[in-house]
Amino acid sequence: MTTADKRGAITLPPAIDQGDRERLQKTWEPRTGFIGWITSVNHKTVGKRYIATALIFFLFGGLEAGMIRLQLSRPDNGILGPDLYNQIFTMHGTTMMFLFAVPIMTAIGIYLVPLMIGARNIAFPRLNALGFWVYLIGGGFLYVMFFMNTGPDAGWTAYTPLSGPEYGFGKRVDIWAQMVTFTEISALIAALEIITTIFKMRAPGMTFSRLPLLVWAQLVTAFMVMFAMSSVATGSIMLAADRLIATHFFNPAEGGDVLLWQHLFWFFGHPEVYIIFIPALGMVSQIVTTFTGRPVFGYPVVVTALIATAVIGFALWVHHMFATSVHQLGESFFTAASTMISIPTGAQIFCWLATIWLGRPVWKTPLLFVIGFIVVFVMGGLTGVMLASVPFDLQAQDTYFVVAHLHYVLIGGAIFPLLGAFYYWFPKVTGRMMSERLGKWNFWLLFVGVNVTFFPMHILGLRGMTRRIYTYSDAMGWGTLNLIASVGAVIIVASMAVFAFNLFWSLRKGEAAGANPWNADTLEWATTSPPPPYNFVDTPVVIGRDGLWDYGDEFPVITGLHTDRPEVLITSVMTAEPRYRHEAPSPTFAPLVMGVLIGAMLIAGVFTPWGLVYGTAFIGIPFYMWAWPDKREHERNLREENEKRLEKKEAA
Amino acid sequence: MKHSRAAVLLACCTSACSGFDRQSAVDPAGPQAESIEHLFVFMVVIAVVVYIAVIGATIAIIRRRKATDEDPRSPSREASAARAIKLAIGVVVPVLFVLLVYDFSVGRSVNAMTNTPMLTVELTGHRWWWEVQYEDPIPQNRVRTANEMHIPVGRPVNVKLASHDVIHSFWVPNLAGKKDLIPGHVNEVIIQADKPGVYRAQCAEFCGAQHANMSMMVVAESPERFSKWIASQRQVPAPPVDTLAARGQTVFEGGQCAMCHAVASTRAAASIGPDLTHVASRLTIAAGTLKNTTANLGGWIVDPQGIKPGVDMPSNALSPTDLRALLAYLRTLQ
Amino acid sequence: MIAGLAKVSCMLLPGATLVCVLAACGGSESRDFRENPPAGSPLSAIKESELEPGGAVHTESTTVATLNNAYAISQGKALFEGMNCVGCHFHGGGGIGPPLMDDEWIYGSDPSQIFNTIVEGRPNGMPSFKGKLNNQQVWELVAYVRLLSGLGGTSVASAREDHMYLSPDLQLRKPQKPKNAAAPFK
Repeated sequence: MTTADKRGAITLPPAIDQGDRERLQKTWEPRTGFIGWITSVNHKTVGKRYIATALIFFLFGGLEAGMIRLQLSRPDNGILGPDLYNQIFTMHGTTMMFLFAVPIMTAIGIYLVPLMIGARNIAFPRLNALGFWVYLIGGGFLYVMFFMNTGPDAGWTAYTPLSGPEYGFGKRVDIWAQMVTFTEISALIAALEIITTIFKMRAPGMTFSRLPLLVWAQLVTAFMVMFAMSSVATGSIMLAADRLIATHFFNPAEGGDVLLWQHLFWFFGHPEVYIIFIPALGMVSQIVTTFTGRPVFGYPVVVTALIATAVIGFALWVHHMFATSVHQLGESFFTAASTMISIPTGAQIFCWLATIWLGRPVWKTPLLFVIGFIVVFVMGGLTGVMLASVPFDLQAQDTYFVVAHLHYVLIGGAIFPLLGAFYYWFPKVTGRMMSERLGKWNFWLLFVGVNVTFFPMHILGLRGMTRRIYTYSDAMGWGTLNLIASVGAVIIVASMAVFAFNLFWSLRKGEAAGANPWNADTLEWATTSPPPPYNFVDTPVVIGRDGLWDYGDEFPVITGLHTDRPEVLITSVMTAEPRYRHEAPSPTFAPLVMGVLIGAMLIAGVFTPWGLVYGTAFIGIPFYMWAWPDKREHERNLREENEKRLEKKEAA
Repeated sequence: MKHSRAAVLLACCTSACSGFDRQSAVDPAGPQAESIEHLFVFMVVIAVVVYIAVIGATIAIIRRRKATDEDPRSPSREASAARAIKLAIGVVVPVLFVLLVYDFSVGRSVNAMTNTPMLTVELTGHRWWWEVQYEDPIPQNRVRTANEMHIPVGRPVNVKLASHDVIHSFWVPNLAGKKDLIPGHVNEVIIQADKPGVYRAQCAEFCGAQHANMSMMVVAESPERFSKWIASQRQVPAPPVDTLAARGQTVFEGGQCAMCHAVASTRAAASIGPDLTHVASRLTIAAGTLKNTTANLGGWIVDPQGIKPGVDMPSNALSPTDLRALLAYLRTLQ
Repeated sequence: MIAGLAKVSCMLLPGATLVCVLAACGGSESRDFRENPPAGSPLSAIKESELEPGGAVHTESTTVATLNNAYAISQGKALFEGMNCVGCHFHGGGGIGPPLMDDEWIYGSDPSQIFNTIVEGRPNGMPSFKGKLNNQQVWELVAYVRLLSGLGGTSVASAREDHMYLSPDLQLRKPQKPKNAAAPFK
């Protein structure tokens, strides 16, 4: 029993009205065809768009990696000259970190979080659409310029003064700095929405202690994004200003400092890897839960570990800068923090292992990827603890040892869970199952390939091979191990080819999946596969931490949301009690127009500072389009208010 | 599987198996590199043990019998799981502390400055070569060279690091960890070799097109040989006697070379490129890229862009006679 | 399956074409480490005489690849300091030598004329760099010298250098239209 509120009374569930489905379908998906698709503000459409785009960037990043491995497979190889090689490794890092890893984790959040908390849509749906267009234009801009020989060539970290105006001549690094602006706008938008959605739109009864672990992970990540992205935005704006309008932020001769860039960048850069890693941990939790038939052991430990990792993650950044000569107290602090961060992650891994031991594991592809994650990531985590120690870091920094470490943690810690998540949620998103046989091939090829490619790099780094070199001489003795690593890269390519084939084949010929093929516990499995545009006919009511497993035969829902207009239920932050109904915005062209204009403004701003000035003026136009009240909505509201006033008069 | 990998790793690293082991962090030739290597071995042992434990637990959990009757939420099994996790964390945390303490002590010992007055070398990083200057209170005794550093065995050498353009990093893995050369900052690193030998150092911070080919040789020799070397470096080259070499000097001073390079007591006194006063005494040219032979030198002079595309040294179209003369002259610059 | 492949390749073809077209652009970012001499021999294209047949006046004519190339201008700037042009011309403001960032060109502003100035030297103090710099280096200097008065390359120039700020933002230089483009010699 909930109290009535001046926005509209909420009643307890009567029999569910079947006509609701048709009305809801018409309300939430008014336009079809191309126009409907491009103006959509549905979080699932936007989420799928994000995922598809991120996968295309993943392909590009992989091709760049392939070229790097091809060039380095033999000493004194002549396939890529230094200039092209420098652009390619920069594009590889930039694409993977900015255009693939963060957006895909965010995209999975945008798609799954509203479903997992029982909401009809994400908060700020139009802003969500805008975030995608800004991301697409930013990434597309970078690649168009790369194909025009203007790709950035100062590394994905773009250290000044190499990326500064004098030594980073031409427009290359300007393109990079502006791409960072694009992707950070997009990430901030997504983070803002995820936080708001999780705080204000959860199903009644879903208190924080009943939140699914993926939702916790996305919440924690979104907070990290808000703090970290601000730092890189500051840095990239300063860099762009130095390069375009001759400011002196990074010019030591005029009072600036070269190291300022490194601090600003790494204050973002270290949390960035946790922004990529923590959502993956959430996915692992969900997969482990479903495929062992029991909730993750030690829920409070896992949640605390997620939060602790996020907080401590902001206290590590100087470990990337140990070679710049840090004060001894600083060295000790950052070493201690960098060592300490392994403890929460280790605790989570122990909890998952305990869950698998306690439960009844079903060895399908998603769980295989979780095991792969444990094996590969723990190796990377151990080399990370080694790198935390300053004296050893001074030997291993900027060598292939670090390349090995970062790929073990990123591929082990993010790609393995991500692939597992694909196999797990593909049935929900598309209504079809992926092939198990191909999934196992995918897993084993990737597992073998990653180890063959990256393990030799530990040895190479210790034997003196520095990073970011386009070639090396035969006399160094690095040829054999490099060849082995390049062969491993071929195996990884094969694995990804199997994955791509599985994806496309299953879209057409995959076995039909029902609503809950895995018998999972979270709320997204309580609706059809793929979910309808309105997600749930009636909003579920949560009675425990175990979601659908708590329900038994009865499925409690709450009704009362209008079916003739798109409405979402807003609940209170701490107690998840329903508060009011909120009319969701209708589809519109405004986010696309605004995205294009923001894109034009920022792209022009690369070439002339006036671009930003004039561009800002134009953006006012879509603002009006966006915020203009919907005529039908306005008239309907007036009509209803009049009716209520009449009712009151008659009652009085 | 993991055992044999570690064994191969250590075996490969501690023996000079294939190739050039004079740029290796696991072949220490100095006290700092050695204490770092000990720390590394300690960390590897701990890492291997932890890894085997975690993977072993994972494999054991995967392979346990298919228990279909056990309640996945049985409180007694959950209690043993809780105990196991607490034990695991209870073991891991103190191990990390021990590691931290050992690490701090190694860090402090590596950083410790000694009281004995030590040799000071100023290293300035350029795109893409190393400028080396030996400090001395007497100005005439200062030695300027490039891409090669000689140090006496057994004595600590203080290397002051500065950069002319972008961030570089001085890394001679057999002797010490790396330190960055940052424009606007002056860093210092102390290196000491305990065994004579030639150790290769490579720039370890991405600095542009030819970052891959920016190396130098650190030659550690006995104090007597080092004094002899320094004395010969302090000498000013005599004018060449041979007519061909004399013609070579004219080509050097009157052509493109003198616009960027310097040879002491000649009319060539530019400092844009490496100092060539004793170029013939060096082991390598082009910042460690080529062995210092006449053929390599000739090829480098005529077409540097073919060997290191992107360097600032322009191509030099010399007639064959002029080139022969120039090479003969440069050979006299011992 | 074949139909599917045909469909896919039809979709990819415009994309591939676009990529090829785009790749054909980008000359301003190419790093030509080896010399790429301009079409026609520059030395023979330099005018030595004021007299011209036909009555029409021959103005800016030479186009050189380095003029709008980021790498070339950056190298030109490094050479300008390295070869001590700043000793006489300062950073464009002039001193012992005439200023280079204004609109007055004593010996002509055409790239071939600037090339000649550097290589042959001029009366009243401009040394000859013949044999001291190779052709590519001189063309890089030519590009930089023209940039100083905004006559080209501002879109690929760097705003400032990483040392003391000695001259205004190179990207925002307004082109100083040469006063006497028609009369190469004073």
